[in-house]
Amino acid sequence: MTLPTWLDNPAFGVGLTLLVYCAAVGFRSKRRGINPLVVTSLFLIVFLSVTGIPYEAYRAGGDWIAYGLGPATVALAVPLYKHAAAIRRMLGPVLLGIIAGSILSLAAVLLLLYIPGSPRELLLSMLTKSVSSPIALEITKRTGGIPELSAVFSVLSGLFGSVAGPAFMRICGIRGDVPLGVGIGTSSHGIGTARVLLDSEWAGGVSGFSMAAAGIATSILMIPVYGWL
Amino acid sequence: MKGIAILIAFYLAGVALEAWLRLPLPANVTGMILLALALFSGIVKLEWIEKESGLLLRHMGLFFVPAIVGTIAFADMIQSHWMYVIAGVVPGTLLVMAVSGFVTKGLSRKEKNVHDSADVAG
Repeated sequence: MTLPTWLDNPAFGVGLTLLVYCAAVGFRSKRRGINPLVVTSLFLIVFLSVTGIPYEAYRAGGDWIAYGLGPATVALAVPLYKHAAAIRRMLGPVLLGIIAGSILSLAAVLLLLYIPGSPRELLLSMLTKSVSSPIALEITKRTGGIPELSAVFSVLSGLFGSVAGPAFMRICGIRGDVPLGVGIGTSSHGIGTARVLLDSEWAGGVSGFSMAAAGIATSILMIPVYGWL
Repeated sequence: MKGIAILIAFYLAGVALEAWLRLPLPANVTGMILLALALFSGIVKLEWIEKESGLLLRHMGLFFVPAIVGTIAFADMIQSHWMYVIAGVVPGTLLVMAVSGFVTKGLSRKEKNVHDSADVAG
Protein backbone atom coordinates (compact mmCIF):
# COMPACT_ATOMS: atom_id res chain seq x y z
CA MET A 1 0.00 0.00 0.00
CA THR A 2 1.40 3.39 -0.90
CA LEU A 3 0.51 6.22 1.42
CA PRO A 4 -0.63 9.63 0.22
CA THR A 5 2.37 11.96 0.47
CA TRP A 6 0.80 14.13 3.16
CA LEU A 7 0.55 11.10 5.45
CA ASP A 8 4.14 10.16 4.74
CA ASN A 9 5.35 13.60 5.82
CA PRO A 10 6.58 14.05 9.43
CA ALA A 11 4.28 17.08 9.65
CA PHE A 12 1.37 14.64 9.90
CA GLY A 13 2.58 13.01 13.14
CA VAL A 14 3.82 16.30 14.62
CA GLY A 15 0.66 18.20 13.74
CA LEU A 16 -1.73 15.49 14.87
CA THR A 17 0.03 15.04 18.23
CA LEU A 18 0.14 18.79 18.90
CA LEU A 19 -3.48 19.25 17.92
CA VAL A 20 -4.78 16.47 20.16
CA TYR A 21 -2.47 17.51 23.01
CA CYS A 22 -3.67 21.13 22.85
CA ALA A 23 -7.27 19.96 22.94
CA ALA A 24 -6.50 17.76 25.96
CA VAL A 25 -4.80 20.67 27.76
CA GLY A 26 -7.86 22.79 26.97
CA PHE A 27 -10.13 20.18 28.55
CA ARG A 28 -7.92 20.14 31.61
CA SER A 29 -8.69 23.81 32.29
CA LYS A 30 -12.36 22.80 32.57
CA ARG A 31 -11.88 19.49 34.40
CA ARG A 32 -8.81 19.23 36.64
CA GLY A 33 -8.85 15.43 36.72
CA ILE A 34 -7.78 15.09 33.09
CA ASN A 35 -4.23 13.88 32.42
CA PRO A 36 -3.34 15.36 28.99
CA LEU A 37 -0.65 12.74 28.36
CA VAL A 38 -3.06 9.83 28.88
CA VAL A 39 -5.93 11.42 26.96
CA THR A 40 -3.70 12.30 24.00
CA SER A 41 -2.04 8.87 23.81
CA LEU A 42 -5.28 6.90 24.10
CA PHE A 43 -6.96 9.11 21.51
CA LEU A 44 -4.08 8.61 19.06
CA ILE A 45 -4.02 4.81 19.57
CA VAL A 46 -7.76 4.61 18.91
CA PHE A 47 -7.49 7.07 16.01
CA LEU A 48 -4.73 5.09 14.28
CA SER A 49 -6.49 1.76 14.66
CA VAL A 50 -9.87 3.12 13.52
CA THR A 51 -8.51 4.93 10.44
CA GLY A 52 -6.05 2.15 9.63
CA ILE A 53 -3.20 4.63 9.24
CA PRO A 54 -0.03 2.55 9.80
CA TYR A 55 1.96 3.23 12.94
CA GLU A 56 5.09 3.85 10.80
CA ALA A 57 3.39 6.85 9.16
CA TYR A 58 2.64 8.36 12.57
CA ARG A 59 6.09 7.50 13.83
CA ALA A 60 7.87 9.69 11.25
CA GLY A 61 6.47 12.74 13.08
CA GLY A 62 6.27 11.08 16.49
CA ASP A 63 10.06 10.80 16.53
CA TRP A 64 10.28 14.58 16.16
CA ILE A 65 8.07 15.10 19.20
CA ALA A 66 9.98 12.48 21.19
CA TYR A 67 13.18 14.36 20.42
CA GLY A 68 11.92 17.18 22.67
CA LEU A 69 12.35 14.87 25.63
CA GLY A 70 16.10 15.47 25.56
CA PRO A 71 16.03 19.26 26.14
CA ALA A 72 12.97 18.93 28.44
CA THR A 73 14.80 16.52 30.76
CA VAL A 74 17.84 18.81 30.71
CA ALA A 75 15.50 21.62 31.83
CA LEU A 76 14.84 19.74 35.08
CA ALA A 77 18.16 21.19 36.25
CA VAL A 78 16.36 24.53 36.70
CA PRO A 79 13.99 23.56 39.57
CA LEU A 80 16.89 21.64 41.12
CA TYR A 81 19.03 24.77 41.05
CA LYS A 82 16.27 27.05 42.30
CA HIS A 83 15.53 24.82 45.28
CA ALA A 84 19.07 23.64 45.93
CA ALA A 85 19.12 24.83 49.54
CA ALA A 86 15.93 22.93 50.41
CA ILE A 87 17.13 19.77 48.66
CA ARG A 88 20.51 19.88 50.39
CA ARG A 89 18.77 20.09 53.76
CA MET A 90 16.76 16.95 52.94
CA LEU A 91 19.48 15.16 50.96
CA GLY A 92 19.96 12.21 53.35
CA PRO A 93 16.28 11.23 53.63
CA VAL A 94 15.76 11.84 49.90
CA LEU A 95 18.68 9.61 48.84
CA LEU A 96 17.76 6.84 51.31
CA GLY A 97 14.16 6.88 50.07
CA ILE A 98 15.36 6.56 46.46
CA ILE A 99 17.77 3.71 47.30
CA ALA A 100 15.13 1.81 49.30
CA GLY A 101 12.68 2.12 46.42
CA SER A 102 15.24 1.04 43.82
CA ILE A 103 16.23 -2.08 45.80
CA LEU A 104 12.59 -3.02 46.29
CA SER A 105 11.81 -2.55 42.62
CA LEU A 106 14.51 -5.05 41.59
CA ALA A 107 13.72 -7.48 44.45
CA ALA A 108 10.01 -7.70 43.57
CA VAL A 109 10.71 -8.80 39.98
CA LEU A 110 13.57 -11.14 41.03
CA LEU A 111 11.04 -12.91 43.30
CA LEU A 112 8.61 -13.37 40.38
CA LEU A 113 11.47 -15.13 38.53
CA TYR A 114 11.32 -17.94 41.12
CA ILE A 115 7.75 -18.84 40.24
CA PRO A 116 8.01 -22.14 38.31
CA GLY A 117 7.08 -21.66 34.68
CA SER A 118 7.31 -17.87 34.81
CA PRO A 119 8.23 -16.20 31.49
CA ARG A 120 11.93 -15.53 32.12
CA GLU A 121 12.60 -13.28 29.12
CA LEU A 122 9.58 -11.14 29.92
CA LEU A 123 10.52 -10.78 33.59
CA LEU A 124 14.17 -9.98 32.79
CA SER A 125 12.83 -7.15 30.63
CA MET A 126 10.68 -6.03 33.56
CA LEU A 127 13.53 -5.65 36.10
CA THR A 128 14.17 -2.06 35.06
CA LYS A 129 10.55 -0.93 34.85
CA SER A 130 11.00 1.86 37.43
CA VAL A 131 13.79 3.68 35.58
CA SER A 132 13.40 5.78 32.45
CA SER A 133 13.39 3.85 29.19
CA PRO A 134 16.87 4.86 27.87
CA ILE A 135 18.44 3.50 31.07
CA ALA A 136 16.20 0.42 30.98
CA LEU A 137 17.30 -0.31 27.39
CA GLU A 138 20.99 -0.20 28.30
CA ILE A 139 20.64 -2.41 31.38
CA THR A 140 18.41 -4.98 29.65
CA LYS A 141 20.97 -5.42 26.86
CA ARG A 142 23.12 -7.11 29.52
CA THR A 143 20.52 -9.22 31.35
CA GLY A 144 19.25 -11.35 28.47
CA GLY A 145 15.89 -9.65 28.38
CA ILE A 146 14.37 -7.92 25.34
CA PRO A 147 15.54 -4.27 25.32
CA GLU A 148 12.55 -2.91 23.38
CA LEU A 149 10.16 -4.68 25.74
CA SER A 150 11.93 -3.19 28.75
CA ALA A 151 11.21 0.26 27.30
CA VAL A 152 7.55 -0.72 27.05
CA PHE A 153 7.50 -1.75 30.72
CA SER A 154 9.09 1.56 31.70
CA VAL A 155 6.37 3.36 29.81
CA LEU A 156 3.61 1.24 31.40
CA SER A 157 4.95 1.80 34.94
CA GLY A 158 5.33 5.50 34.26
CA LEU A 159 1.83 5.70 32.87
CA PHE A 160 0.33 3.80 35.80
CA GLY A 161 2.24 5.94 38.31
CA SER A 162 1.16 9.07 36.48
CA VAL A 163 -2.51 8.09 36.66
CA ALA A 164 -2.71 6.45 40.10
CA GLY A 165 0.29 7.98 41.89
CA PRO A 166 -0.97 11.27 43.35
CA ALA A 167 -4.23 9.72 44.64
CA PHE A 168 -2.43 6.64 46.00
CA MET A 169 0.07 8.78 47.91
CA ARG A 170 -2.82 10.77 49.40
CA ILE A 171 -4.55 7.54 50.51
CA CYS A 172 -1.29 6.34 52.11
CA GLY A 173 -1.12 9.60 54.02
CA ILE A 174 2.18 10.58 52.37
CA ARG A 175 1.82 14.33 52.10
CA GLY A 176 4.34 17.00 51.26
CA ASP A 177 6.05 17.91 48.02
CA VAL A 178 9.33 16.16 48.81
CA PRO A 179 8.03 12.65 49.71
CA LEU A 180 5.58 12.86 46.79
CA GLY A 181 8.33 13.79 44.35
CA VAL A 182 10.65 11.07 45.66
CA GLY A 183 7.92 8.39 45.53
CA ILE A 184 6.74 9.19 42.03
CA GLY A 185 10.16 9.98 40.55
CA THR A 186 11.67 6.75 41.91
CA SER A 187 8.80 4.52 40.76
CA SER A 188 7.58 6.24 37.60
CA HIS A 189 10.59 8.20 36.27
CA GLY A 190 9.92 10.93 33.68
CA ILE A 191 6.30 10.11 32.89
CA GLY A 192 5.40 10.34 36.58
CA THR A 193 7.52 13.50 36.82
CA ALA A 194 5.52 15.09 33.99
CA ARG A 195 2.35 14.49 36.04
CA VAL A 196 3.87 15.97 39.22
CA LEU A 197 4.98 19.04 37.23
CA LEU A 198 1.35 19.78 36.39
CA ASP A 199 0.75 20.64 40.06
CA SER A 200 4.06 22.00 41.27
CA GLU A 201 7.38 22.84 39.68
CA TRP A 202 9.14 22.28 43.00
CA ALA A 203 7.71 18.78 43.54
CA GLY A 204 8.48 18.10 39.87
CA GLY A 205 12.08 19.12 40.45
CA VAL A 206 12.35 16.67 43.34
CA SER A 207 10.74 14.01 41.15
CA GLY A 208 13.22 14.72 38.36
CA PHE A 209 16.12 14.49 40.80
CA SER A 210 14.74 11.17 42.10
CA MET A 211 14.36 9.87 38.56
CA ALA A 212 18.03 10.60 37.83
CA ALA A 213 19.27 9.25 41.17
CA ALA A 214 17.14 6.10 40.85
CA GLY A 215 18.61 5.57 37.38
CA ILE A 216 22.15 5.82 38.80
CA ALA A 217 21.27 3.64 41.84
CA THR A 218 19.66 0.94 39.68
CA SER A 219 22.61 0.88 37.26
CA ILE A 220 24.94 0.29 40.24
CA LEU A 221 22.63 -2.19 42.02
CA MET A 222 22.43 -4.26 38.83
CA ILE A 223 26.19 -4.95 38.80
CA PRO A 224 26.00 -7.86 41.31
CA VAL A 225 22.68 -9.02 39.79
CA TYR A 226 24.18 -9.67 36.31
CA GLY A 227 26.36 -12.47 37.63
CA TRP A 228 23.56 -13.95 39.68
CA LEU A 229 20.97 -14.19 36.88
CA MET B 1 14.78 31.14 21.78
CA LYS B 2 18.16 31.60 23.47
CA GLY B 3 16.99 29.35 26.29
CA ILE B 4 15.99 26.58 23.89
CA ALA B 5 19.37 26.79 22.16
CA ILE B 6 21.17 26.48 25.51
CA LEU B 7 19.04 23.48 26.56
CA ILE B 8 19.69 21.73 23.24
CA ALA B 9 23.42 22.48 23.54
CA PHE B 10 23.54 20.84 26.98
CA TYR B 11 21.56 17.87 25.71
CA LEU B 12 24.08 17.50 22.89
CA ALA B 13 26.94 17.76 25.39
CA GLY B 14 25.22 14.92 27.29
CA VAL B 15 25.09 12.85 24.09
CA ALA B 16 28.78 13.44 23.45
CA LEU B 17 29.86 12.73 27.02
CA GLU B 18 27.77 9.57 27.21
CA ALA B 19 29.38 8.19 24.06
CA TRP B 20 32.86 9.29 25.04
CA LEU B 21 32.90 7.98 28.61
CA ARG B 22 30.49 5.08 27.96
CA LEU B 23 28.40 6.26 30.91
CA PRO B 24 25.66 3.95 32.19
CA LEU B 25 23.35 6.99 32.07
CA PRO B 26 21.27 8.29 29.18
CA ALA B 27 22.27 11.52 27.47
CA ASN B 28 19.32 13.54 28.77
CA VAL B 29 20.14 12.78 32.43
CA THR B 30 23.84 13.49 31.78
CA GLY B 31 22.83 16.80 30.16
CA MET B 32 20.68 17.65 33.18
CA ILE B 33 23.62 17.05 35.54
CA LEU B 34 25.90 19.17 33.30
CA LEU B 35 23.38 22.04 33.25
CA ALA B 36 22.97 21.87 37.03
CA LEU B 37 26.76 22.12 37.39
CA ALA B 38 26.84 25.05 34.95
CA LEU B 39 24.12 26.86 36.93
CA PHE B 40 25.83 26.30 40.28
CA SER B 41 29.19 27.46 38.96
CA GLY B 42 27.62 30.54 37.35
CA ILE B 43 28.62 29.67 33.78
CA VAL B 44 24.92 29.76 32.81
CA LYS B 45 22.65 32.43 34.33
CA LEU B 46 19.18 31.36 35.43
CA GLU B 47 17.52 34.23 33.49
CA TRP B 48 18.86 32.89 30.18
CA ILE B 49 16.88 29.68 30.41
CA GLU B 50 14.17 30.19 33.04
CA LYS B 51 11.24 31.01 30.74
CA GLU B 52 11.91 28.31 28.15
CA SER B 53 12.62 25.67 30.82
CA GLY B 54 9.29 26.44 32.47
CA LEU B 55 7.52 26.00 29.13
CA LEU B 56 9.17 22.64 28.38
CA LEU B 57 8.58 21.35 31.91
CA ARG B 58 4.89 22.32 31.94
CA HIS B 59 4.42 20.35 28.72
CA MET B 60 6.81 17.48 29.44
CA GLY B 61 3.93 15.01 29.04
CA LEU B 62 3.67 15.90 25.33
CA PHE B 63 7.11 14.46 24.61
CA PHE B 64 6.14 11.05 26.03
CA VAL B 65 3.10 10.64 23.76
CA PRO B 66 4.96 8.88 20.89
CA ALA B 67 6.54 6.38 23.33
CA ILE B 68 3.12 5.45 24.70
CA VAL B 69 1.58 5.19 21.24
CA GLY B 70 4.57 2.97 20.36
CA THR B 71 3.62 0.36 22.97
CA ILE B 72 0.89 -0.88 20.60
CA ALA B 73 3.65 -2.65 18.68
CA PHE B 74 4.02 -5.00 21.69
CA ALA B 75 0.30 -5.49 22.26
CA ASP B 76 0.41 -9.21 21.36
CA MET B 77 3.21 -10.09 23.74
CA ILE B 78 1.62 -8.13 26.58
CA GLN B 79 -1.73 -9.77 25.93
CA SER B 80 -0.35 -13.32 26.09
CA HIS B 81 1.36 -12.66 29.46
CA TRP B 82 -1.06 -10.10 30.84
CA MET B 83 -1.12 -11.65 34.33
CA TYR B 84 2.62 -11.22 34.82
CA VAL B 85 2.51 -7.75 33.28
CA ILE B 86 -0.17 -6.58 35.70
CA ALA B 87 1.44 -8.39 38.67
CA GLY B 88 4.75 -6.68 37.95
CA VAL B 89 3.61 -3.21 36.98
CA VAL B 90 0.68 -2.44 39.31
CA PRO B 91 1.72 -3.64 42.81
CA GLY B 92 5.39 -3.16 41.97
CA THR B 93 4.98 0.50 41.07
CA LEU B 94 2.71 1.25 44.04
CA LEU B 95 5.04 -0.53 46.48
CA VAL B 96 8.14 1.31 45.26
CA MET B 97 6.26 4.61 45.35
CA ALA B 98 4.93 4.12 48.88
CA VAL B 99 8.18 2.79 50.37
CA SER B 100 10.44 5.50 48.92
CA GLY B 101 7.90 8.15 49.95
CA PHE B 102 7.55 6.73 53.49
CA VAL B 103 11.31 6.42 54.00
CA THR B 104 11.89 10.03 52.93
CA LYS B 105 8.99 11.31 55.01
CA GLY B 106 9.88 9.28 58.10
CA LEU B 107 13.57 10.18 58.07
CA SER B 108 13.02 13.87 57.40
CA ARG B 109 10.59 14.10 60.31
CA LYS B 110 13.14 12.50 62.62
CA GLU B 111 15.78 14.93 61.43
CA LYS B 112 13.40 17.81 61.97
CA ASN B 113 12.76 16.70 65.58
CA VAL B 114 16.46 16.54 66.32
CA HIS B 115 16.95 20.06 65.02
CA ASP B 116 13.64 21.35 66.29
CA SER B 117 15.25 24.09 68.31
CA ALA B 118 17.08 25.28 65.21
CA ASP B 119 15.36 26.87 62.23
CA VAL B 120 15.30 23.76 60.05
CA ALA B 121 11.52 23.38 59.89
CA GLY B 122 10.46 24.61 56.52
